[in-house]
Amino acid sequence: MPYVPHTELDTQEMLAVIGAKSIDELFREIPANLRVAPGALNLPPALDEQRLMAHLTEIASKNIDCTKMTCFLGAGIYDRYVPATVGAVISRGEFLTAYTPYQPEASQGYLQTIYEFQTMISELYGMDLANASMYDGATSMAEAAIMATGIKNVDRVVVSDAVHPHYREVLATYCWSIGVEVVTTPSIDGVTKDWNADGSACIIVQYPNFFGCIEDLAAARKAADEAGALLVVVADPVACALLRSPGSLGADVVVGEGQPMGIAMGLGGPVVGLFATKKEFVRHIPGRIVGKTKEAHGDRPGYVMTLRTREQDIRREKATSNICTNEALMALAATVYMIALGKNGMTQVATSSVRNTQYAISALTSVGAKVKFGGKVFGEFVLSLPKNATVVRDAMIAKGFLAGLPLGGYYEGMENDLLVAVTEIRTKAQIDAFAAAMKEVLA
Amino acid sequence: MTSGRMQLMPEPKLIFDKSRPGRIGCNVPRCDTPEVDMSAVVGETRDDLHLPEIAELDLLRHFTNLSQINFGIETGFYPLGSCTMKYNPKINEQTARLAGFANLHPMQPVETIPGALEILNGVQEMLCEITGFSTITLQPLAGAHGEMTCLMLVKAYHESIGQANRTIVLVPDSAHGTNPASAARCGYSVKSIPTDAAGNTDLAYLEQTLAEIGSDVAALMLTNPSTLGLFEPNIEKICKMVHEAGGQVFCDGANMNAMVGTTRPGDHGFDCMHLNLHKTFSTPHGGGGPGCGAIGLQSHLEPFLPAPVIRSTGDKVVADYDRPKTIGRVSGFYGQFLMEVRAYTYLRAFGKEHIADISRYSVLNANYVRERLKDVLPPAHDRPCMHECILTAEKYKKEHGVRALDISKRLMDYGFHPPTNYFPLIVPECFMIEPTETESKETLDEFCDALITICQEAIDTPDVLHDAPSTRVVGRLDETLAVKNLDVRWWPKS
Repeated sequence: MPYVPHTELDTQEMLAVIGAKSIDELFREIPANLRVAPGALNLPPALDEQRLMAHLTEIASKNIDCTKMTCFLGAGIYDRYVPATVGAVISRGEFLTAYTPYQPEASQGYLQTIYEFQTMISELYGMDLANASMYDGATSMAEAAIMATGIKNVDRVVVSDAVHPHYREVLATYCWSIGVEVVTTPSIDGVTKDWNADGSACIIVQYPNFFGCIEDLAAARKAADEAGALLVVVADPVACALLRSPGSLGADVVVGEGQPMGIAMGLGGPVVGLFATKKEFVRHIPGRIVGKTKEAHGDRPGYVMTLRTREQDIRREKATSNICTNEALMALAATVYMIALGKNGMTQVATSSVRNTQYAISALTSVGAKVKFGGKVFGEFVLSLPKNATVVRDAMIAKGFLAGLPLGGYYEGMENDLLVAVTEIRTKAQIDAFAAAMKEVLA
Repeated sequence: MTSGRMQLMPEPKLIFDKSRPGRIGCNVPRCDTPEVDMSAVVGETRDDLHLPEIAELDLLRHFTNLSQINFGIETGFYPLGSCTMKYNPKINEQTARLAGFANLHPMQPVETIPGALEILNGVQEMLCEITGFSTITLQPLAGAHGEMTCLMLVKAYHESIGQANRTIVLVPDSAHGTNPASAARCGYSVKSIPTDAAGNTDLAYLEQTLAEIGSDVAALMLTNPSTLGLFEPNIEKICKMVHEAGGQVFCDGANMNAMVGTTRPGDHGFDCMHLNLHKTFSTPHGGGGPGCGAIGLQSHLEPFLPAPVIRSTGDKVVADYDRPKTIGRVSGFYGQFLMEVRAYTYLRAFGKEHIADISRYSVLNANYVRERLKDVLPPAHDRPCMHECILTAEKYKKEHGVRALDISKRLMDYGFHPPTNYFPLIVPECFMIEPTETESKETLDEFCDALITICQEAIDTPDVLHDAPSTRVVGRLDETLAVKNLDVRWWPKS
């Protein structure tokens, strides 16, 4: 029996203590017509460990993963450098197999790492505080919008169409369910200018936005102020190591996807949602938050989950959100990443992304493609092609490149546009080869 | 108070206090493309970033030392009720790290990920068979997220048949807090249903409630086995009563470990349920996430599923985006994919032959603990329990001023993680002990022996318990102070 330690003798001894004749007898409260006999389910046969690994290796080999092609696809999930220390730390059983630190005296290690995580996310985003993490960037944004409707007591939110389309879909689902109206405002030449913010709880903008363009957050702040709305910014934490922080430009809530900081792309999960805000909103935030305290009968400092009366297990239907688990393990990966790179390493990663992106723009525009939008970009840009972007993307896969995201499925009239990301791990040689392959495909 | 071994260790420092300008903890990729005029390209840049600067070895020591003051399943017995802290097999970690899974981009074309779709479809098909539901989706990212998704499906279903007026969700008083919170998140109001003296849903109360407000009821959210660790013997009748009133019945699957291979909620009359793959199907809890929240449903809810729907067309698996009635996305991409790889690996290790061992030995272990402790900590109900047992320490509070929390804190001094306390809310001074099937008889005996000793200490030397734990890196922490003097981050000194 895999993973079950009981010998036949153990089972007999235990049944004798219980006073039962068989394990079946312990299930007697389940009506007989609802029981199935052991072994009766129609499942595949058991595999031993050797065969299991071979079986999974074979399935994995059917995928064309990003070690088999050079990745220029981003759109919210990025192929970035992961320091070896990240995997080493998050594989430690004391972290990997712990649960929520309900008993702080037995969980000081994790609680301290979360306090460090909260600090560094606050720093990157330029905010007063951050929570212990959310499920992913998309749900974090939806939670921020719903938090804003609670603070403002207004059931309407405005979102730019230059926010990630999947994030907007999740926002729409959450808001439909709770009766909040979502208004989408169109971007112009790749950036958001008109907000239609009157009567809204918040306006939501992405930084850099889905097209890679750097939005004018100061202007968004002004629009929010004029409408009496909160400014919610969806920000790439890596870009925030270089660009002015959303907090310094007036954001009320900053959310984002933490995957670029040390987490495998993994088909998009598990990743980690980031959530930071101003101190005045701390009692409205969803999810867990860790605070520093000290011993009740001593002076040693320690860490605990705090402001617990916001949470579902105590507040039930009056909780700020239904979220229970966060993404602690992924937050730990991001914590190790932020410390391993530190101030200089993260700035270097961001700077290298900009350099590689600029180099890619010059290489690709010399082979017959154009840059669609004129504004400033960080590490991603929209490339206008002389032919259908999906056709080009598929042809590029055959040449060993994951060329980007065709935008025709998301935006009307953008069938020839491709969203291209260039991270710090792309080399000059890879970019040159990418441009050369593109030249052949476009010819 | 006694000073134990761990308290002789120096206080752990924050990483920020170890930082020294100019150090770095990794070997960053070197950039070989031309330099650019940064302000011309991206505009104004920041000069106010405070992140730590630490050498690589010091980084590892920091986290290794922190790990050693953290309790995990691999540290010791972790009988946290309702959380199913079972062994997380190492082979699952290996398969999830295969390059062909870990390096997939969620927006690469589906034609390039047939293996990933095979995993997702494989998990779905096996979970359908185990739960008895016709459809499973893996898009929800955690248990509570799955609950919410189920209620959204119920809402969409009611809207589709012209019954959007159903605005009340019934939730038993023993339910997890996520149930009422998820209902509120879907715009429902919540009405509590009491539990009867035997520990079952109060049928008379339910019947009367349905008679009075049945036409407004959208759903009943029922945990089965209940949070009292008891199987609801009237489950078929309850589902029938709610259905006759036009409501749907949701099963909170937190306690699926008691049922795997033995009974199927889809056969009980439920319309939908959520599963916690991080509980029942061994994906690691990771300190409070990632969760992993599959949901199962009957065919009438299927049209409303979040897109894309991963399904088999016979010869191949497809991602179906053509879902006109969908509620929309509930998460960014395909769900917790690398957790699904782990769940797939786990399910294939058990297979048809062994899958029922999960419920059989978890129930055996819980009943064994219940029996061994019944004289010192009486069970809340005099019935066989399922995968967890609910005991009460009420007499120690009344007679010796020792609370369940004190007993729990003392367990840490004996090397065990405490069970869940004070939940379910309806049992005074409650312990919820869930041993899981992966614990041996010896471990259970050591744990029970420790608890029996501690219960005697509660009588003889109650202050030892009030001061517990005394062997951890910190003594009992002041949680009220944490709220009063809110300190949730370090600030740079300048």
